[in-house]
Amino acid sequence: MSQRLPSRTASIVALFVAATAIVLILPGFVSEFRAQQLAYVGIYLIALTGLNILTGYTGQISLGHGAFMAVGAYTTAILISDQGLSIGGHTFANDLKDVWTIPLAALVAGIAGFLFGVPALRLSGLYLALATFAIAVSAPAVFKKFETFTGGGTGINLFGIKGLTGSISGVHVFGHKLAFYDWLYYLSWTIALVLLAVAWFLLRGRIGRAFRAVRDSESAAASSGVSLATYKTLAFAISAAYAGVAGALYAIANTYVNPDTFPITLSIFLLVGVVVGGLGTLSGLIVGAVLVQFLPLWSQEVSKSPGAPAVVYGVILIAIMLALPGGVAGLLRRVRPLARRLYTRPR
Amino acid sequence: MPVAFAFSELGQQVVSGLASGSIYASLALALVIIHRSTGVINFAQGEMAMFATYIAWTLDVNHGFPFWGAFFATLAISFLGGVVIQRTVIAPIQRSSVLTIVIVTIGLILILNGLATWIWTGEVRAFDSPFPTRTVDIGGVAVSLQDVGTFGVVLAFVIALWAFFRFTKVGLALRASALNPDASRLVGVRVGWMLALGWGLAAMLGAVAGMLAAPTVFLDPQMMQAILLYAFAAAILGGIDSPVGAIVGGLLLGVGLNLIGTYAKLDVWFIHIDLTAAELRLPLALLIILAVLLVRPAGLLGRPEVKRV
Repeated sequence: MSQRLPSRTASIVALFVAATAIVLILPGFVSEFRAQQLAYVGIYLIALTGLNILTGYTGQISLGHGAFMAVGAYTTAILISDQGLSIGGHTFANDLKDVWTIPLAALVAGIAGFLFGVPALRLSGLYLALATFAIAVSAPAVFKKFETFTGGGTGINLFGIKGLTGSISGVHVFGHKLAFYDWLYYLSWTIALVLLAVAWFLLRGRIGRAFRAVRDSESAAASSGVSLATYKTLAFAISAAYAGVAGALYAIANTYVNPDTFPITLSIFLLVGVVVGGLGTLSGLIVGAVLVQFLPLWSQEVSKSPGAPAVVYGVILIAIMLALPGGVAGLLRRVRPLARRLYTRPR
Repeated sequence: MPVAFAFSELGQQVVSGLASGSIYASLALALVIIHRSTGVINFAQGEMAMFATYIAWTLDVNHGFPFWGAFFATLAISFLGGVVIQRTVIAPIQRSSVLTIVIVTIGLILILNGLATWIWTGEVRAFDSPFPTRTVDIGGVAVSLQDVGTFGVVLAFVIALWAFFRFTKVGLALRASALNPDASRLVGVRVGWMLALGWGLAAMLGAVAGMLAAPTVFLDPQMMQAILLYAFAAAILGGIDSPVGAIVGGLLLGVGLNLIGTYAKLDVWFIHIDLTAAELRLPLALLIILAVLLVRPAGLLGRPEVKRV
């Protein structure tokens, strides 16, 4: 055992370094349009990591993570917009650069997650799914209602305003000039990789162990001294903070937010992404993120109908649940021993 | 508190609340039937109803069925659809974790919603009501015939369903397999098929809700999303295991939301509370769900859930 652990850690670090290297050089080989799509993959990766901390590791279902993304997105949009939104006597107009609002978006969404996590303590399983589903369905209505802050149904436009970095003229980073979408790509992937590493550190230690204990058996966890209240609300807060970061980046990349940017289907697609990637693993999530971004485009090959992606998502979701409950990571885990046996077979 | 109060307006709000409440009640009853028999909360119940309503629309518009012909044909198709869904998708995962079951019903939402958009496009369509929109005057209250008709159809269905469960042998077998599947199997009840039958009945009730709601909310693939949330709230309010509770909860919710939407405006001194905005209907349903789950998880008429550790 003592032999195996360091080597596992080393291989994960090596994998991470390799991933970073690929992320770093990729924009040199792809078009600006592709860079924009890949930026969204990074954004979804952040949201999926957050959702997996909650659902995959702690066992708490959330069908409402799109709502937490919306909280982050609106935080950023309100802080940087030049619509002259006025809150408590202070008028916001180009106050902040977009990048500096991301931690604030994480904070606000994290608080929202914590606040929901407290009543959610008393809900388990189906009831939690139901309550989070209700949040996702009713969130757009709430954003429409508080017009003074959110611009109501029209939403908030961010394109071309001072707070949004480089939407018109591009960005200078370390003496390199980056086009807007390359900048978005690097921004979202830098944050995604950092947050992925943070999640890994968090989950391999004491906290991660407590999360998994809560997931596997609440009674067993409680009787071995794991505080259910602390760890469940913590999982909600962390998970929502991740979603908040993803939402903030989404607002920046989209240069526009309105209540319909975050429909119930987004929350559902996020869940699909986590399930495909593998509940309770981090390595498979990239596949989930790619799927969330590109499946709607790929499914247009099947049919041009706007309904096609949903059908494909649904079939994949049910097929995975019936045939491959571990997702992509589970498949790899099953294939790996097989491959090793083939590799070590005497010739 | 200056409130312009008129009895006729109150009466009107109550009647139309009962009509929309009866739609919530029938969908809530569908949720309860499935939850009682299979322990699943069917997130796809709304989409199944939406799909059924599209089938009724096609039968009516493209195949020249009269309204009631299309109505009953749709009920039969829905029943079969519910049975097929249970046998193919739900039965294999019946004993899996809650997460698996939730995810599979979410998958059904995606498939049904996508298929409806695929087949009938996302365009909003009008759906004819079998009842005239005319109002009649009853004791100074203008009552819409459509509201009366909606309420009447749901009432008839609920009575028929009650009679089926209460007086037929199949109904008895259904109740037995929900209560104690193992013992029922021992005495020769085909439990698997009984569960499928429950799904069929629920799908039928959902179709009733969809076809009655469509004339007012119009037909589009998103039409049942809000109604499903109200049905959840109704089922939770009445107790997710109580059929009577689902009906009481649905009617209470329909009337309550209407009254809040008309009167919940408080404007005294420095307190300004205005809950009448239409956008607040859904968040109010969410609040009801949360409040009931936190204060009295069993609902008004349900029995508290007891779990063995």
